[in-house]
Amino acid sequence: MSTLIVAEHDNAELKPATLNAVTAAGQLPGETHVLIAGSGCGAAAEAAAKVAGVDKVLKADDAAYDHHLAENLAPLVAKLAADYSHVIAAATTSGKNVMPRAAALLDVQQVSDISAIEGEDTFVRPIYAGNALATVKSSDAVKVLTIRATAFDAAPAEGGSAAVEAVESTGDTGLAAFKGQELTKSERPELTTAGIVISGGRGMQSGENFAMLERVADKLGAAVGASRAAVDAGYVPNDYQVGQTGKVVAPDLYVAVGISGAIQHLAGMKDSKVIVAINKDEEAPIFQVADYGLVADLFEAVPELEKELG
Amino acid sequence: MKVLVPIKRVIDANVKVRVKADNTGVETANVKMAMNPFCEIAVEEAVRLKEAGTASEVIVVSAGAAQAQETLRTGLAMGADRGILIQCDSDPEPLAVAKLLKAVVEKEGPELVILGKQAVDNDNNQTGQMLAALLGWPQGTFISKVEKTDGSFAITREVDGGLEKLEIKAPAVVTTDLRLNEPRYASLPNIMKAKKKPIDTMTPADLGVDVSPRLTVVSVTEPPARKAGVKVASVAELVDKLRNEAKVI
Ligand SMILES: Cc1cc2nc3c(=O)[nH]c(=O)nc-3n(C[C@H](O)[C@H](O)[C@H](O)COP(=O)(O)OP(=O)(O)OC[C@H]3O[C@@H](n4cnc5c(N)ncnc54)[C@H](O)[C@@H]3O)c2cc1C
Ligand SMILES: Nc1ncnc2c1ncn2[C@@H]1O[C@H](COP(=O)(O)O)[C@@H](O)[C@H]1O
Repeated sequence: MSTLIVAEHDNAELKPATLNAVTAAGQLPGETHVLIAGSGCGAAAEAAAKVAGVDKVLKADDAAYDHHLAENLAPLVAKLAADYSHVIAAATTSGKNVMPRAAALLDVQQVSDISAIEGEDTFVRPIYAGNALATVKSSDAVKVLTIRATAFDAAPAEGGSAAVEAVESTGDTGLAAFKGQELTKSERPELTTAGIVISGGRGMQSGENFAMLERVADKLGAAVGASRAAVDAGYVPNDYQVGQTGKVVAPDLYVAVGISGAIQHLAGMKDSKVIVAINKDEEAPIFQVADYGLVADLFEAVPELEKELG
Repeated sequence: MKVLVPIKRVIDANVKVRVKADNTGVETANVKMAMNPFCEIAVEEAVRLKEAGTASEVIVVSAGAAQAQETLRTGLAMGADRGILIQCDSDPEPLAVAKLLKAVVEKEGPELVILGKQAVDNDNNQTGQMLAALLGWPQGTFISKVEKTDGSFAITREVDGGLEKLEIKAPAVVTTDLRLNEPRYASLPNIMKAKKKPIDTMTPADLGVDVSPRLTVVSVTEPPARKAGVKVASVAELVDKLRNEAKVI
């Protein structure tokens, strides 16, 4: 019995969610191995070898694995899975893209977005936008899992000294080609790992008005998020969306500004330690989950908050 | 080109779902059902491709209880040409759905299959990727744009860092994200017309697919409730509480 983690990285560094996957793997029997598939990914493999709790790193270095195209990566994962009892990845857009494809190649029913491990074959996962928790038991020979990063602590990035072993490429299927990306640039912390998140909703009224939140975020060292309504209206890019079908966050402090608190939004933030809501409607459902609620016009409250923070 | 759109009947996204007292599942009796919102986006995209002359026929398919007929009718009212109901005794798991869909694809020969990225009941986000794997086709998941080019599709995906552009060879599987389009409401005349459109009914056995589940549901429980906190009277009080009571700033 041992676990293979399909790591997310940019060839140079590990993406933070991989460290949460290491902690999840530590709750499963046997060794923890990490697959670094990429192109010129030596540095990422070295980084994975240093993570506390990692026993071995498998490095598949080939141009076919650049950008983690599912068509090329899933066959590699499926091939390596023969030696493992569990194959896991974080439930990021990359994990969600690749893992079900690998699971189908293995004829396995994946268990998605698990928030707890009850035993080697039994897992807990939120369903219906987190309105219910399902405990499911898998009868498949290999368990293919994606994990909810906020439900598992990050493993220490230093302290390990695993060996790095090269594995053979399964090659390029030629089915898909990378044509470019438009990444959202930000000097602020990454949304899913930030200690403080301040999110704006439809109440912000425009993209320009998000500058108010950004100034507060800079004072707090916070990341900026948004509701679906704010993204759909084009105020902010798609990757700001917090919720059932966006990103899941669980910071120490979550500040919801001009957000009503629809169940789909709550699904992405209700595990935050402290929740603050600023909304002019005292009946807004967000107040039902807020530790501190301020009934106020955000166009007055947010600039005042910026001033108060000094 | 033929376009196949798999659609799922789910509890309406506006319903507050309740866990059954015996912890075997969620309450579904007398609960409003609807087409999964991401599937509506998928149907809309297919119908737009037909309106643009890119698609020749749009087929909607659903695997589930007999009532999934109603969901297929909704798809037909939005503009799909015909429907296929794969009648199942229980809600099939994504791997089983992918196998059923593969059999339908082999019969119908579509060049594009458009699924939702996620069914908002079980939040699995698997079926499209699994179908693509079983067919050996490329996959464009979580897309906000799709364009047919010569022998391929140019797609834009919504990813954690922003947007990603790929070119995937035809035939292909794509799954919809929220920003792909805004689905139309079916008009009354189109709802009437949809009643006459054909729906074929078949079973998993007809398609030669074993849909036995791989997962057993041990229990379904209420998540721990969060209790409402206090209202503060001013920004100054808020900052004071965050600093000195919650100690988070
Ligand atoms: C399939 C599906 C998936 C979805 N996924 C997500 C998701 O992942 N994430 C998500 O967030 N939503 C999601 N939604 C949408 C969700 O249902 C809500 O529509 C959305 O969260 C509403 O966003 P909002 O709170 O910003 O807007 P609204 O509900 O319109 O609320 C705006 C709030 O701002 C307040 N306000 C307005 N002006 C001011 C002011 N001047 N000062 C103070 N307060 C003010 C109002 O009182 C109101 O409460 C999804 C929906 C569906 C159907
Ligand atoms: N029973 C089903 N019948 C038809 N399509 C389905 C079914 N289940 C899932 N799908 C399709 O797969 C998508 C993703 O569902 P899921 O993988 O369950 O989150 C849905 O949006 C549908 O397009």
